[in-house]
Amino acid sequence: METAERIVPPAKTYEKNIAKYVMMPGNAIRRHPFVEDRMRRLQEYADACPFNRVEMGGTEIGIITDSTSYMYAKEVFGDKASILKLGMINPLPVSLILDFAEKVDRLVVIEELDPIIENHCRQLGLEVSGKDVFPLLGEYSQNLIAEKLGLPVPQGVKLDEQLPVRPPVMCAGCPHRGMFYTLSKNKVTVLGDIGCYTLGAVAPLSAVDMTLCMGGSISATHGFNKALGKESEGKTVAVIGDSTFMHSGMTGLANIAYNQSNSTVIILDNSITGMTGHQQNPTTGYNIKGDPAGKIDLEALCRAMGFNRVRVVDPYDLAACDTAVKEELAAEEPSVIISRRPCALLKYVKHKKPLIVDQNKCVGCKSCMKIGCPAISMKNGKAAIDNTLCVGCGVCQQLCKFGSLVSGEV
Amino acid sequence: MTKNVMIVGVGGQGSLLASKMLGHILLQEGYDVKVSEVHGMSQRGGSVVTYVRFGEKVYSPIIDKGEADFIISFEQLEAARYLEYLKPDGRIVTNIQQIDPMPVIIGAAQYPEDLIGKMKAKGVNVDAMDCLSLAEQAGSSKAVNIVLMGRLSRYFDFTVEKWEQAIRDLVPAKFVELNLKAFALGRGED
Repeated sequence: METAERIVPPAKTYEKNIAKYVMMPGNAIRRHPFVEDRMRRLQEYADACPFNRVEMGGTEIGIITDSTSYMYAKEVFGDKASILKLGMINPLPVSLILDFAEKVDRLVVIEELDPIIENHCRQLGLEVSGKDVFPLLGEYSQNLIAEKLGLPVPQGVKLDEQLPVRPPVMCAGCPHRGMFYTLSKNKVTVLGDIGCYTLGAVAPLSAVDMTLCMGGSISATHGFNKALGKESEGKTVAVIGDSTFMHSGMTGLANIAYNQSNSTVIILDNSITGMTGHQQNPTTGYNIKGDPAGKIDLEALCRAMGFNRVRVVDPYDLAACDTAVKEELAAEEPSVIISRRPCALLKYVKHKKPLIVDQNKCVGCKSCMKIGCPAISMKNGKAAIDNTLCVGCGVCQQLCKFGSLVSGEV
Repeated sequence: MTKNVMIVGVGGQGSLLASKMLGHILLQEGYDVKVSEVHGMSQRGGSVVTYVRFGEKVYSPIIDKGEADFIISFEQLEAARYLEYLKPDGRIVTNIQQIDPMPVIIGAAQYPEDLIGKMKAKGVNVDAMDCLSLAEQAGSSKAVNIVLMGRLSRYFDFTVEKWEQAIRDLVPAKFVELNLKAFALGRGED
């Protein structure tokens, strides 16, 4: 790949045109014929455009496919089959499809998930194979396509035993862990959101009850409490990360404040967008390039929305988390807990030395294992700390009744 | 003929740099190359897999069961997990390190014993070595990826200089020496 200088085209002049740009009903009705005509022109374009192309090969099978399925099909057939590769699928190139169908003996549509192209072909009166052969679910692969079309596929060997799975886990030192431990311990119903903290649903914490869509935690908690009333209000929270909150949490939060829903929202503020690889967000004070930017003050924002109860807690402090969760759930008004500590993987976060297990004191009770930290395991009946992972966060220390987990700091 | 190399391991072990390095060399050698990675779980201790495919013309970005010429594994259990992807005459190059997954940590499962022996018993070519010790010997436990690349290099015709240049091209200057040492230790005596 070669890179070139960025070309910035000159901005087009804006011309005011209310009939075109303001879609109130009268204008929309007058605009409708234009939209239909545009689709007709796009249809013509689809038939001729370079993104839809025919690669003629053997004519026994003709494959209509798109995106990655094209790669799998080429891998299997090479030039042995003819392929209509679609690069633009709305609107579909009707003439191109009809013309292609004429040239091949058997027409096969290979597309992942819903049969969009297949249904369209059937609408055109074509006889095609599609979901009668290929699965509706999951991703395809070269072996799957070969197998479903009756071709031989390579086989590998397997061990005879069932291997333990390796699900992703929250990192050692993850600031979310302390809060999820607290919620799990207090048997709180947790309506979650999208981010690293969705991993709060994984054993042994198993703390998250629901995750659906970004911002859904807060709206769902509002609805949950409206539906179930008092019984739910005292034991249900929303958890949402700082970045997801900025993305789509505020509308739901305003709803809670405005409608005086007695709900508790926990903003897990790790001061970054963790899951996708440390992008900045409006609460961090930096833009996507890392340059200084505007910074939204979460506490001030929540108060401005009408929350009287806004408190900040350090998730490494289990006692403080416990008090905060209990008190805010008990409060008879909407509340926000900001669980604040930067992601342990951020470059500026200083790590402490790994903890040391005092072999004389450890009784092997496994209390420290309740937090699901990947740095802790059991070796010969006693806790063992992985030095390459432990960042000395000290959350496990607070669970040990025997003082056997010792700070590595001098 | 397309060749397939799968790189598997535990998130955070550095498999992305390994695949980048391999892709880098293969591109320079004039191959058509496709490298695809499972993103998102890279730092969270999950099972991770990267596909490197090269040849005259590569279509599919993934490697399917029974197709891999090499499986480079950073960890024993992960080598066993992806075994089914290996060609019958393919080769597994693996670190013997064991990293407990969460089900083992919380006592819901046992870490299987002697996985390397069991794979060999199935007739699989396994080249197993203690990459962690070699990486530590080179100066950092994080250099396991380059130790493994060193070992893999024995099975390729490219000159040592080519691999070393790839390290210089891809690794920050202050870590180049360490990684060159790790590579040499992994490759061992010819």
